[in-house]
Amino acid sequence: MRSYKHIIRLTLFLGMTSWLTLLATDLIVLFGKVNHLESGIPEELRIVLLEIFFVSLFFYYKFITGRAERVNFIDLLWRVFATGLLATIVSLTIYLFYQLLGNSKLTENVFLINFFYLIIFGLVAAFLTSTLMVWKQLILYQKSKRLITLWRIFEYTLLVSILLSFFPLNPIGFLYDMVLLVLLVLGLVLSVNLKWVAYLDFRQKWKSIIVMLAIAIFLAYFFFDLNRFSRNYGHFLPLELQTSLYIAALFGFTFIYSLFSLLVILFNLPTSSVFEQKLEEVINFQKLSQSTQLGYKAEQVYGILLDSSVKAVFADAAWIEVDDSASKLLLTRNVPEGKLDLLKDQVADDAVRQDLSRALPVRLLGKEYWQKRKHHQMLKLPDYRSVLSIPLVVKNSTIGRMVILKEVEDGFNKEMISIITTFASQACISVENFQLLGETLENERYKEELKIANRVQRSLLPKKLASNDAFDMAAFSEAADQVGGDYYDIYRINHHKYIIIIGDVSGKGTSAAFHMSQMKGVFHSLAQLDLTPDKFLAYANSALSRCLEKTSFITASFFVVDIRQHTIAFARAGHCPTLFYNKKDQQARFLESKGLGLGIIRNEKFNDYIEVNQEAYSRGDMVVLYTDGITEATNSRKEQFGYDRLRCFVEKNADKPPKAVQKLLIEELYNFCENKTLDDDYTALIIKFK
Amino acid sequence: MVDVRVISKGDDCLITIDGEVDASSSIHLDEAMQQAVAMNARRILVDCKNLRYISSAGLGVFMSYIEELENKKTQLILFRMPEKVYKVFEILGLHQLLTIVDTEEEAKI
Repeated sequence: MRSYKHIIRLTLFLGMTSWLTLLATDLIVLFGKVNHLESGIPEELRIVLLEIFFVSLFFYYKFITGRAERVNFIDLLWRVFATGLLATIVSLTIYLFYQLLGNSKLTENVFLINFFYLIIFGLVAAFLTSTLMVWKQLILYQKSKRLITLWRIFEYTLLVSILLSFFPLNPIGFLYDMVLLVLLVLGLVLSVNLKWVAYLDFRQKWKSIIVMLAIAIFLAYFFFDLNRFSRNYGHFLPLELQTSLYIAALFGFTFIYSLFSLLVILFNLPTSSVFEQKLEEVINFQKLSQSTQLGYKAEQVYGILLDSSVKAVFADAAWIEVDDSASKLLLTRNVPEGKLDLLKDQVADDAVRQDLSRALPVRLLGKEYWQKRKHHQMLKLPDYRSVLSIPLVVKNSTIGRMVILKEVEDGFNKEMISIITTFASQACISVENFQLLGETLENERYKEELKIANRVQRSLLPKKLASNDAFDMAAFSEAADQVGGDYYDIYRINHHKYIIIIGDVSGKGTSAAFHMSQMKGVFHSLAQLDLTPDKFLAYANSALSRCLEKTSFITASFFVVDIRQHTIAFARAGHCPTLFYNKKDQQARFLESKGLGLGIIRNEKFNDYIEVNQEAYSRGDMVVLYTDGITEATNSRKEQFGYDRLRCFVEKNADKPPKAVQKLLIEELYNFCENKTLDDDYTALIIKFK
Repeated sequence: MVDVRVISKGDDCLITIDGEVDASSSIHLDEAMQQAVAMNARRILVDCKNLRYISSAGLGVFMSYIEELENKKTQLILFRMPEKVYKVFEILGLHQLLTIVDTEEEAKI
């Protein structure tokens, strides 16, 4: 852009200087001629000055003329008009000046004549060049490669024609004629590119007609004015400028194009309203389709739909009635006060009557059918004679209708029906998108909530497991959903006694997670009482019986580890049997015992089903607690991971530290399930004695 | 996933379960149980021959009716239960509270 500014300044300066120098040299030459003196100025100098003037003008206007994409057409035309007007006013003033002087001697003054001639000539050259460049923008408004090439050829030929002035060509010579002919033919071909006209609205077209007419008149006037000068005073003028090939070609081309434009705009006037209408429809359509991004509410979308439709078909009255589960909505346009209900009935009646007359089994098709179909027909109403009724379908269900009424008969042509249908379906898509967007946002919110729940639940499991001189522990727990019902915990009662629990709430997901947190509360309340396993479970059952849902229960295994006596006392409340690995035998076995899930019997009878067992452990022995998510994990062949596989796994890996066993178990489990997601919560707790 | 049918046979009510009862399909089992209880039958016989899997939620359904049926003096008898499924009942301890027999004939005694 900076370089353009330099070019513009340079060409303006060059143009001015060359014109002034030309004026000076002309006057000097003339002075010499009059006084029969040799001025010593060669003819070539003036031609060079003239060429510099033309070329400067050419490039000045080439760079100063704004692009039609950015500048309004009318502004461009006004600029040409203003230049033309200025030149005309100057020319007329000079003419008036001569008229006023009458037969005064001054009118015969050759210097004055020459001076005025050059002024007018300069202005006309500027006008022609600016017109050329504006026409260029108009022609190239819709470019194609071919068109650009053609225009370049035209431009280069014009520049060549400037240089041709170097050769003192006879204006009636062959080459002169040929080049002029080529330029005019090129100009003619280029002049059919009038696509910009289509983009004018009705008012702009009228303005353009007036401006174009004025420009054409200016061109004609200047042509004759320059000719008049050379006819009257030709013998005084050192140069007859209008015979310049360049100027002649410019006159020809600019005139042809203004004439063509004038005619095309004139013929386009009657259809311009249709074009405008189409343009507006496109804009409305765009508005409807972008309404979701623009954050419109459903009501606004229906409003746009109704307004667009009313405009598109010149409707006399219209309404939209929406009744979906979320909202009831009625929008009306130009419906006479208090007449809506009557009209609604009449439209519905008419639809049914028409179907009957067409012998359609409307009673069989029922109300649903009428709700879905689109129809337009003559109405036997005093005020409205045609109706178009479009169902609004969102997510495959009809949620309402748009009814458009016109006073004229057969008021809807094919295009109107199709555009209204398109509008309606686009509006419905927008509403649907809007709803989907809302649902998505809501889902996102729920997901966030669940993430929080997941975090909270993780904090319910012990963050640090006990590691002491007696045993090492490792644990992991994973929920099938964001939250789950598995629970484990450890509590140190005194320096030689620990209690450990593993539990599994029936079901999974949120309800299980709530019960799991209750379980934790129960565990920590009872933990401090230093109970035996059976007593502990009895109290737990009693406490949970009062807060569990009717169909919910919790299975649990409870352990008291005495590290002084090297014993584990345990009781099982319906939980999967614990796996115990004996290092000496190098064998693992399940600790079978009687038991019943917590919350299954909600009274003292529960105690009868619980028994306490005791095991002694020694160094290297291992206890594996787990939930049924592990043993019941299935692969694609519906095989369960099962107890045997778990036992073999433990026997194989018993020499490893608990953390390693835990990692390998997860790996084994995922390999078994072929990496498909697990559909139950699973937890394991591995304790290895030192 | 699961097909649960309730058939009234005189004083008895027969429920047949075909498929897997998990957290989501346990609702069907619950509906069937409700229906059976509403019939005021003397016995509710549950044919578990085609019950391939039962999750804790499914067990919860049986569990939740134990007390109600006891009060109504209605017997709940499950029969022809696959061993794998029986194991699940056994671990939870439900086999101690429910009558689970091998054959239909035994169930009808």
